This record gives sequence, C-alpha cells and structure tokens, in this order.
Amino acid sequence: MILEAVDLKKYFPVTGALALGRAQTWIRAVDGVSVQVGEGETLGIVGESGSGKTTLAKLFLLLERPTAGSLRFDGKDVATFGRADVRRYRRSVQAVFQDPFSSLDPRMRVEQIVGEPLIPENGVTRAMVRDRVRESLELVGLRRDSASLYPHEFSGGQRQRIAIARALVTTPKFILLDEPVSALDVSIRAQILNLLKRLQDQLGLAYIMISHDLAAARYLATRLAVMYCGKLVETGACEAVYTEPLHPYTEALLSAALPLHPSARRQRIILKGEIPNPTNPPSGCRFHPRCHRVLAECSSVEPAWREVKPGRFAACHLH
Amino acid sequence: MPLLAVEDLKTYFFTRRGVVKAVDGVSFTLEAGETLALVGESGSGKSVTCLSLVRLVPEPAGRIVGGRILLDGDDLLAKNPRQMRRVRGKQIAMVLQDPMTSLNPGLTIGTQVGEVMRLHQGIRGRSLRERVVDALRRLRISAAESRLGQFPHQFSGGMRQRVSSAIALSCAPRVLIADEPTTSLDVTIQAQYLELLKEVQAAAGVAVILVTHDFGIVAANADRVAVMYAGRIVEMGTTLQVFNNPRHPYTQALLRCLPDVDLKREQLVEIGGQPPDLAALPPGCPFAPRCSERQPICERSLPPAVTVDAGHTAACFLAVATPA
Amino acid sequence: MGGSGRPPSPPALAPAPAQPWRGSLRRLPWFAGAVLATLVFCAVFAPWLASKDPTAGDITTKLIPPIWMERGTMEHPLGTDRFGRDILSRIIHGSRISLLVSIIAIGVAGTLGTALGLIAGYRGGLTDTLLMRMTDIGLSLPTILIAVVMVAVSEPSFRNVVLVIALLLWPRFARQIRGETLAVKEQDFVALAVVAGRSGTWIIARHIFPNVVPTLLVISTLQVGYVILLEGTLGFLGVGVPPPNPAWGLMIADGRGFLATAWWIALFPGLAMLLTVLAVNLMGDWLRDHLDPKLRQAGARVTAATATTAAPIEPAIAEAPARGD
Repeated sequence: MILEAVDLKKYFPVTGALALGRAQTWIRAVDGVSVQVGEGETLGIVGESGSGKTTLAKLFLLLERPTAGSLRFDGKDVATFGRADVRRYRRSVQAVFQDPFSSLDPRMRVEQIVGEPLIPENGVTRAMVRDRVRESLELVGLRRDSASLYPHEFSGGQRQRIAIARALVTTPKFILLDEPVSALDVSIRAQILNLLKRLQDQLGLAYIMISHDLAAARYLATRLAVMYCGKLVETGACEAVYTEPLHPYTEALLSAALPLHPSARRQRIILKGEIPNPTNPPSGCRFHPRCHRVLAECSSVEPAWREVKPGRFAACHLH
Repeated sequence: MPLLAVEDLKTYFFTRRGVVKAVDGVSFTLEAGETLALVGESGSGKSVTCLSLVRLVPEPAGRIVGGRILLDGDDLLAKNPRQMRRVRGKQIAMVLQDPMTSLNPGLTIGTQVGEVMRLHQGIRGRSLRERVVDALRRLRISAAESRLGQFPHQFSGGMRQRVSSAIALSCAPRVLIADEPTTSLDVTIQAQYLELLKEVQAAAGVAVILVTHDFGIVAANADRVAVMYAGRIVEMGTTLQVFNNPRHPYTQALLRCLPDVDLKREQLVEIGGQPPDLAALPPGCPFAPRCSERQPICERSLPPAVTVDAGHTAACFLAVATPA
Repeated sequence: MGGSGRPPSPPALAPAPAQPWRGSLRRLPWFAGAVLATLVFCAVFAPWLASKDPTAGDITTKLIPPIWMERGTMEHPLGTDRFGRDILSRIIHGSRISLLVSIIAIGVAGTLGTALGLIAGYRGGLTDTLLMRMTDIGLSLPTILIAVVMVAVSEPSFRNVVLVIALLLWPRFARQIRGETLAVKEQDFVALAVVAGRSGTWIIARHIFPNVVPTLLVISTLQVGYVILLEGTLGFLGVGVPPPNPAWGLMIADGRGFLATAWWIALFPGLAMLLTVLAVNLMGDWLRDHLDPKLRQAGARVTAATATTAAPIEPAIAEAPARGD
C-alpha cells in the first residue's frame, strides 16, 4: 500500500478587509509537492514555519481539500473516493499531533478517547471495542486500567502515549506524526521516540513525520523531504541527506541545528534575511534571496526538480 | 570578586497543596563577560531562579525565603523596591521567550526602546533618537531609522526578539538574563540570533545567563553550564567538563537519551518515570526514583555538591573527585 | 528594557491556579446563595408558606399597612393591597411565577440558541453567516416594544409571556455559544475526531457540546435576572401574566396609584425583585469566574505541564513491554 501526493497544491485566499468579493491574493501554502510513502518506512518532512509542512499534513489527513494535484491511496485518487473508500482511508491513516493537551478532550475518559476511531459497524460489539482499546493501551506501555481515567490525571508524556494508542486502535498502515515530541520534556522525548520506533518494527507501520526538529527526524526517518516556502527543495534517503545535503537550504538548515557536543562546534552557515512570505514568494528559486551559493540565473529561472543522483532529488541550479 | 554571586538561594511558592520548593538552595557565580547556561526541564526551577535574581517572583504565592544575591558584593535581597527598580534594566536586563508578549503591541518600537534610556539615563530629544537608532543598529535591524515608528506586529518573530534584546541592552547592563530566547524561533533564525547575541556580548562585555532546555544551544553557546533538576543545581562546570565528563547520573542520562543531528542513533537510552512533583518531593535525592544507579542512601538523604574537578561539581553520592 | 520593567509572565509553575474549585467554593457568594435558596424554597412550598390565598381579597381588610406601623396587624405582616389581598402571600406566590417564567423561557431560548450557535460555529461558511445575521437582527430588536406588541396582539397569558421572552433571549445564547464553539473547534481533538472518521453530528454532540456546557451555565444564570426584570416590566405594562395572578411586576403596577398613601403595595414586590436579580447576577459572576472553561483548562494545564499535580500517575505506566524492539 502506498500513499502518494502528486503535484499537490493548496492555496488559501487572502481576503483583505476591504477586498469584498473575489479574493485578490493567495497564500501558496503548498505549491506543487510530490512525495510518496511506502509500507514500513518513515518519511520525514522537515522545514521551518511557513514551509507548508503543516498544510501538507492536513492534506494527507483529508482535513483540507487540495486546490490542484492529487492524493493517491493505493493507486486511487482520493478525490474520487466514495463513502466506503473514505471509511477505509480513515481506518488506514491515523495521526498524532504535537500538543498532548489539546489533542485529548478533557471531558472524555481515556476509554472513549482511544476508542474514538472504532466506529460501530455491523459486527462490532462494545466488548470488542473495550478489548481493542485495552490492547492498544498496553501496546504503548500504559496499564489497562488507565482506560477509566480522565486525561488530566496524566503527565505530558503519558498523554502522548494515549494519543498514540488512539492512533493505533484501528490497526492503521500509516500514522502521520506532527511534531510528536516537540512539546515534551527532554527527558521524556526518548521514551516516546523509542516507543514510536518499536511500534513501527512491531506493527509494520509507515510514518509521515512532520518536524522542525532535525535531530528527532534523523532518529526516526528513513527518507527525508525538505520543504521551503511551499515547495520541496530536496528528497532522499535520510542518512544521505544528512551527510551530504544537495540543496544549499538543506545545508544551511543542518548547519544551524546544534549538535549535542561542544567539540562539534563548526563553521555555521548563518542565513541572512527572513523566511519569505508565501503570499508573495521570491521569483525564480524561492530560496535565492537568502542563499549563500546563489547563481545569476537563480533569481529569474525556477530550478527544475530532477534526480541528481540515484534516489536523490533536488531543485537547484547547482546540480 | 565575581560579578554576580548567588548563595543558597531559596524561592518557595506557598500553595494550598503545600510548599512548592521551586528553587531550593541554588548557588553559582558569574564572571563579567561569560555565558552561564541554566539548563533543565520544565519545573526544574531555572526560570524561577532568573525571576528571583531581579526579584520579580510572582507574589504573594511566591517568596524568596533565603540566600543572598550579590551583584558586585551588594546584596540585592536587601534592597528596597525603589533601589531594585534601578537595578533592573540598568544592571540586570532580561530577554524573554516570547517577543510578542514582552513588547507592548500598542506602542511604537522607537518609544519602547527609548523608554528605558529615558528612565535610567535621562536622555531626551534628538540624542535619545540617535541612541535608539544606534541600539537597533547594533542588533542589525536594517533601516532602523525608518522603522522607529513601526509597531511590533510589523516585525517578524526573529526581528521582534532583536528589538527586545536591543531594549535589554540599551542601558549597557552588566548581566543579561536570556530566558529561552530562541524557543519560539525557527532553526535558521535561531542561529542568526544566537550568533548576533554572541557578537553583541563580546562587544559590550556583558555577562549572560542563558536559560534553556536545549542542550544543543548550551553546547554551542555557553562557557559554563549549570544543570538543574527539581529546584537544585545537580551539576555545574565548564561546558567541556559537563559534556565530556558528566558526573551526575541525570546529566549522563540526558546526554545519552537525546537524538543528535550529528549522528544516527539506533536506540535512545531512556530515562524512565516522569518529572518529579515539586510539591511532594522524596526525602532524598529528587532524581533517585528515576536514577539507574540509585543506592539505598539516595532515598534517605540529599547528596551534597561534590567538587569532582577544578570548577566542576556534582550533587551525587557517587561523584568523587578525580585524582589529578 | 526587555521585560524587567513589566512583570514577565509568571513562571510555568506558579501554582496559584492549581485547584480552582477548592478555593472558590470558599468564596461562594453566601448572600446571593441564601437569597436564591429562599426564593426557590418559597416557590416550591408556596401553598404551605403563604398564610392567605394570594388571589382572594377581602374589601374589609384593604390597604392595611405593614405590621410595624400603626394599624398594622399580625394577620398581614407586609400589609394588604387595595383589594385586601395579603402582600406577603402574594410575593411568596409571585416567586413561583418569576421562577417558572425564567426556567421555561431560558430553557426554550437556551436550547434553541445553543443548537443554532453550535451549528453556526461548527459549520462556518454560509450557514454561519446566515444564522449570525438572524442573531444580529434578533439582538437589535427593541425588546420591550416587540414584547408589548406581540403580547397585545395575542392574548396576555403565561404561555405567551414565556414565548415572547424566549424569542427575545435566544440570540444571546446563539452568539455566545457560537464564539465558544469556535474556540473549542480549534482544539486538536476536534481535528483528530475527523481523522478518526467521526461525523459532524457526533463531534458536536460528544466533543463540542460537553465543552461549552460551563459557558452555557454561566449565560443561563446571568439571563435569569434579565428575564425576571423583563417579566416584571411586561407585568407592569399590563401585558404580562394576566391578573389576578400575583406576578411581582403586576403588583408594582397595582401599587403605582398608591405610592403616596400605601407605598407598601409597590415597595415589597419591588424589593423582592431587586434582591432576586442582584443575587442571581452575583451568582452568575461567580460562576463565570470559576467555571470558565478557558480559565480552568489553563490552570489544569499549568499544573499538569509542570507535573505539580497531585498524585502523579506513576503506576499507570506498566513495565516497559518486554522486548518489543
């Protein structure tokens, strides 16, 4: 089973206070992104704010409708889905979000929260739901009897475990992880990252991990996609991208991330300028105003997306 | 004499559930021009330590109940509120995590930067304007002159943090407290800001207390590190000492459990359990319940800080001085 | 400078809002509570509490002043009106009318307003625009005028009074519930419920509604005072619950002609109304301060985030599952 985005675009209209009627400008949150995730792998999607990674996540979760392009699940375009297809998609693609406080309804018991994706259909009994919920809780290392408690009785890390249990309850093939450890205390992050990795091995899950945390992405991801201002700048096997970035933005992003050791202090590439506004992206290559290796044509010609090396794609005039 | 010496600082919060010892016997020194990182998780007491230094602990629940804070040998805890106001901003300045809330959205940037200078240095009129432009330029805010009349919302997050820092540094403070200054910034913008801070610090000779939970930032920016856990400093030393030769099990575990951008780790070594409940700390070492090297004594009594090396201390019963 | 001038945001572990309930119960407005308890008690046990029939007059005992005045009698502690009806008994029975009108009108308006607010807030788009324009129109109606016209056109009756008040009240619920719905909708658990495959109806019923209930309680309480005043006004204008029912507004209207000679006819029902409205509003303010879901959640969040909550759920973590990796 493969989940695939083909030239996916999402534009949001900007309606100014005075611009009545038709929208004048568009925020090009996601502007032609093609990626795919296969069974059992982890696609890391990294980028800074405004890169469009969150919108891409929403597109994957069918929380937003694409403006153009398509999302394909098992070869079938999501736009052509009937009710039964949507139901199957919902069962197969689950999500874990960043904030373990906002993602659990404070007025529900853990039992109801974790059981939420189990929609009663013919043949599904209450006892089956009960058992499945408890099984799921055990999978994430929580006790079965925590099912009867409310979320406020748990700490941040435990809440994230509950959120993971909910994502597992339908035995999905894909789980979208949106910054799964960013909101957690550092001493808890390892617990959750290890848990995610173990579950992946154990259950053969595929992850799409959205993150700005390059260290966490390196730990989990098998493939990496780097986004900048609504577009992909580079994709490739995770380790290859980390050890030999092709795009200057990837290079700068990696050099800006701080290694955990003082002796690893190195020459850092400090980018000048700000992250551009996606309403009015720079011409040519969107990264050119900040690029430390800018060429003459970068400001006018948009670099093509091509396979630079086997399995390594990038959009840059340098390659 | 060190620039700043904190001795056995205790800041407690008195709540209905009992006394929360947010800071419980913290001591450290800070020399002019150096960067000391206070690192720890939420609830470790790093932020409350900073608030205590400028005596802005939220009252009446919170109170500094003991210790001394000596700035140039002068005890800040003995000062009256009016004297203290003169210390804040002029001697000790602060940069906070969220530049959006630390700037007033209704006032122009020029006014806000000028405010402190007017207050502490009595500068007015044309020379004030020049000084404000200067302060902004020093933090590389381009076209500073034309941006004086702009409001905070017209600046990006990184720029706002620079404005906050310009304000903090405008009266040439001796100590700058930066409380998670880059947590709300993007990675590349964080790199820009930290680089700039280092430059400005070197130029102004200001001592920086850098509060963070990010060991990467510590490794890249700090001269010395104090690792905090449950209101205490569990380990302190130079950055190299602490990273190369961590002596407290908590520091050791943290450094092992974090994913690193620089290398692919196959498996992270977890720290079990949950962060401690400050209102119900165990009688012994607060880290004992999660510690993999726990001894019977750890659960009964508090380990004192042991000097393991020159300038390197660890509060653990297992820590012993390394023979030279 | 950066923040030394103004107090920085309290540190994450400021434990003040740790347990909002325990402290706030102590600060419960006892005066308001006592008044409301008395009111409810009166309304429920009116037939046993009131010594006289509230509608039966006796011309021979008309216009008797309160007990402490000359001519005052034990029979009629608060005096009688121009028909010789006992004022105290009428006030006690009147509490029934005030309370019933409030409960039913607020029940009807609250149900309608909440339903529309939930739908408008959750659906957004055109539905929202249409419903909110309706609400705006509802809110800009000249309340008293409409009420007078509507009741005048139909027969003044208990049912009509309730209906008119409900009609004027629902937009207030709709607007506030919509706002609250928008806030709850932003929470991640709503998006995750969609991802889980749940329908809009299910999400509204199971996620949004339970989270707006505290707000609903607060608005309802605050509206009780308004309803009592409105009902009083309608009664006073002669379009409320028809005589000889002992509605407070009607009693005040009755006493209007005797303010100089028999002031007690208007004063005591007026006082009853004043006390009730004051008490209800005090209670509403207290509820708003202590039941506000945003405040409470923020409090809970602070404590949980810093793990200063009572009884950490340490044992909830089972032994790390054996060799899953």
